[in-house]
Amino acid sequence: MQKRLLLDSQLLQITIQRLCQHLIENHNDFSSTVILGLQPRGVFLANRIQKVIQELEGCHVDIGYLDTTFHRDDFRRRVVPKKASETRVPFLIEDKAVILVDDVLFTGRSVRAAMDAMISFGRPTKVELLVLIDRLYTRQLPIEANYVGKHVNTLASQYVEVGLKEQSGDDSIWLMNIKVE
Amino acid sequence: MVNEYQSGMNQLIKNNLLGIKELTLEEINLIFQTADNFKDVINRPIKRVPSLRDVTIANIFFENSTRTKLSFELAEKRLSADVINFSSSSSSVKKGETLIDTVNNILSMKVDMIVIRHSSSGAPHFLAKHIDSKIVNAGDGTHEHPTQALLDAYSIRERLGSIEGKKVVIVGDILHSRVALSNIFALQKLGAEVMVCGPATLIPKYISTLGVKVELDIKKALNWCDAANILRIQLERQKMPYFPSLREYILYYGVNEEIVKALDKEIIILHPGPINRGIEITSSVADADNALILDQVENGVAIRMAILYLLASKLE
Repeated sequence: MQKRLLLDSQLLQITIQRLCQHLIENHNDFSSTVILGLQPRGVFLANRIQKVIQELEGCHVDIGYLDTTFHRDDFRRRVVPKKASETRVPFLIEDKAVILVDDVLFTGRSVRAAMDAMISFGRPTKVELLVLIDRLYTRQLPIEANYVGKHVNTLASQYVEVGLKEQSGDDSIWLMNIKVE
Repeated sequence: MVNEYQSGMNQLIKNNLLGIKELTLEEINLIFQTADNFKDVINRPIKRVPSLRDVTIANIFFENSTRTKLSFELAEKRLSADVINFSSSSSSVKKGETLIDTVNNILSMKVDMIVIRHSSSGAPHFLAKHIDSKIVNAGDGTHEHPTQALLDAYSIRERLGSIEGKKVVIVGDILHSRVALSNIFALQKLGAEVMVCGPATLIPKYISTLGVKVELDIKKALNWCDAANILRIQLERQKMPYFPSLREYILYYGVNEEIVKALDKEIIILHPGPINRGIEITSSVADADNALILDQVENGVAIRMAILYLLASKLE
């Protein structure tokens, strides 16, 4: 099976640092900005981003977790249904800027579902999207990310496998030729 | 925080929810996990998710119901399903139409799922054999009421942390109660010990073959248990008197403050409703902090959303 390493532990750390610097440039002290991590892996990234920004800026960053399962457009169209995870948004996002955080941007459908799920918690002034990996030329919806860790050219048949140390004990992101179940 | 990787299945094995007897422990746990997520949804400012927006559900009630019907309807609407309601009192059933014909007529209007309550035990099981649709049993005669049992167990789990090893007593008219039978199956599958308590005439002769304890003394029963599910005295189902008078029932089996206070420990009180205040339970007990009666109603919507969502995911 062919696979290519996209980001290793050290590169991932540098990438997150860079993304955080970029966020701080645009959002100052995060007093009117909140971060929403998409379940499951966007949550781990959101946690890391929150930690880095709080260390760099010494300010508090509100963070929530969003599960999109009930808002997806492929319900009943998947062979194996997705299982819902926890949604925890302990604040209103009314009149805030929201940064959605996810691991991989592929078709754009998860992000559409996330925006749908997000409006249950209020009307934000602005919504931005941060992703670690942007798979180019694979979008099925007009959705693009504002902050990208790494752009990757991929075929639709390929699969980006994200391993994060919170989950698998090791940070490594691979491009695989076949999806391994 | 992330529970996608929890062990367990993603999908129900069964295509219908006919009774608790047919469910596995894994299926019950999946329903509970899904209900946790829906309970969160119904406590948000916007209480609706779009999952079932292309699904039509018919609520077919051949027997009166307020709470269950409202709860199902609300669950369906919170999932964005299209809902039609049918009640036998104002329908062609009165003109002699058979059950299968009635349901087939409804299904030919492109209905995807059926929620049915019927006064005959086994009606949903009969339908499941003859029609090709997802069926949810909302109570059949004196047989089963699976969604009620699931929400009762879910409410106990929520308050006590878990059900395994807990002792639950079901008090009252066990003979005519579909809630009692479904509760016995659900609680036993979840690892609880179950006791039934009531006048000997209202306890089925062979109930102990299900592995439940039988106790005729309400004080002993309450002292034994961690949770007591007090059933309504169903005067409409009693064609002959099973006890000499209502006054006597209240005297021997009514749960009042005095009895509850005299216990060595604090127990939780459940009641599937509607309450006959002052008969099987007094107001002071029903309105106390350890009574879960209104939690049960709230959890009922979440449990029903979970069941409809999980069954809808199996629609073609």
